[in-house]
Amino acid sequence: MSAVLPHASADLTAPKGQRRWIEGTMHTILWLCAAASVFTTVGIVLILLVESLQFFGHVSIVEFLTGTTWTPHSNPPQFGILPLFCGTILVAGGSAVIAIPLGLGAAIYLSEYASPRMRDVLKPILEILAGIPSVVFGYLAIVFVSPIVRSIFPSADIFNALNASIVVAIMILPMIVSLSEDTLRSVPRSLREGAYALGATKLDVTVGVILPAALSGIMASFILAIARAVGETMAVALAAGKRPQMTLNPLDSIQTMTAYIVETSKGDNPQGTLGYQTIFAVGLTLFLCTLALNVLAQWILKRMREQYE
Amino acid sequence: MMTEASPPARPTRPVTQRLTTVADMRPADDFLERPQKVVATNVNFFYGSHQALHDISLRMPQNCVTALIGPSGCGKSTFLRCLNRMNDMIEGTRVEGEILLEDIDIYRPKTDVVELRKRVGMVFQKSNPFPKSIYENVAYGPRVAGVKQRDVLDGIVEQSLRRSALWEEVSDRLNESALRLSGGQQQRLCIARALATDPDVLLMDEPASALDPKSTARIEDLIFELKDTYTIVIVTHNMQQAARVSDQTAFFYEGHLVEAGATTDLFTKPRQKQTEEYITGRFG
Repeated sequence: MSAVLPHASADLTAPKGQRRWIEGTMHTILWLCAAASVFTTVGIVLILLVESLQFFGHVSIVEFLTGTTWTPHSNPPQFGILPLFCGTILVAGGSAVIAIPLGLGAAIYLSEYASPRMRDVLKPILEILAGIPSVVFGYLAIVFVSPIVRSIFPSADIFNALNASIVVAIMILPMIVSLSEDTLRSVPRSLREGAYALGATKLDVTVGVILPAALSGIMASFILAIARAVGETMAVALAAGKRPQMTLNPLDSIQTMTAYIVETSKGDNPQGTLGYQTIFAVGLTLFLCTLALNVLAQWILKRMREQYE
Repeated sequence: MMTEASPPARPTRPVTQRLTTVADMRPADDFLERPQKVVATNVNFFYGSHQALHDISLRMPQNCVTALIGPSGCGKSTFLRCLNRMNDMIEGTRVEGEILLEDIDIYRPKTDVVELRKRVGMVFQKSNPFPKSIYENVAYGPRVAGVKQRDVLDGIVEQSLRRSALWEEVSDRLNESALRLSGGQQQRLCIARALATDPDVLLMDEPASALDPKSTARIEDLIFELKDTYTIVIVTHNMQQAARVSDQTAFFYEGHLVEAGATTDLFTKPRQKQTEEYITGRFG
């Protein structure tokens, strides 16, 4: 090589001062960006824990977790979280029952049956659906869904769990569709061809090969969607009512953990009172529920990756 | 049936060896006089506006191995995939001309593609076992064809695995995941899976290109045995392989069928200059 590069005669052992300074600064700035989210998470968990611990100094954790009456503002107050937990399960479970079959069906349609042109139309519509603010769903539940529910089931309360389940189902639908569709489409083309080459019909291939191969990713999408439904707040606070009670009847008015937190944090509970601290204890419970669901979904996804590699 | 220990039915030669000598090849027999199993006439194929095959006419006689050779992108795989209408799955493709399976035009509008693919099986370049057990992989074809009785399925699975020379290795672990088999075993499983639907024709798209020499030799022995029962069309990059396993060879170049004929003739006295240059390794 006859060409002489600018660095050809540079000292190879030590980086130049300016370059080292820039590299070091960038490293620090990027580290701070990453650290911000970590510190925020740690901070939130700490606040939840500290305030909850004060609450559990007054109320036994056994009573909290097993009590079946939630009347924190009565005299004497009772702090059994089960009615709120029950309300959350009712709404999240109901929305899952509605959204999972619909979402899976739509995902299979988009991935296996729809023409590319149809997919190009449907996917943006799903994205729009995902972008609608949850408060809009909340008042749609009251002004639109509730009258329909009450015309079918005259015994239903104006605010009831079914209202909330229906709108939450619509809210989590795009998540199920898009995550499940991604998983279905990531099933290698070679598997599809292998099955078609054996004289399988589209239904055979979808049910017998594609779905089983994509099963763990689909399960993970369901669980993530349920976690989203558990944490959903605004629509539920508006549509489901504010009556914490132990019921599995979707036509009853109920209250979820999230709706309770909304109600209490906008109320007039002075800081440091037991009523104020309840929202941290409920928040911690809620956080643990969604955390468990997220961890479960990650675990299932990890297993799927191992299966493919 | 062969096992790893027993000597192969026919001496296998190292794959790395340069062009096989005339003595290694079977003589051009009367294969063109045999009944024609698949006859392609004036086939043109288009991906959108791009024409990938130009006026291909080729006869594939029964119980013969037809090898399709040629450089990458020459259209040999595309042609193979026309024979079981696998290209139908790709959007925007179009076929012109006629392909007869026995006396049925497989591209006539009322052809049942599902039935066609039961009669024309396919083995792919990259082994593609389903993420299911060994048993369920082989039983898949018969199951979708409606076979339900367990003892019938058991029989098909065993027979297919024996034919693909895999039975001895897997008979005691049929319920294990197929994904745990080695690459060579997976490919023989895919062959067994294709045989389980009892096809007339077996299409093989570079079935050994991802395998080590030993597994390749086994697949080649297998092809040699299978042609007694099936009509085989194999795409291969490897000219020694074409010379070893096939009765007829067709040389494709840039979407055209340059030359087809008895394998011995094509490799010893090619009529076209392009063929000669390709088989002597001057390009490709």
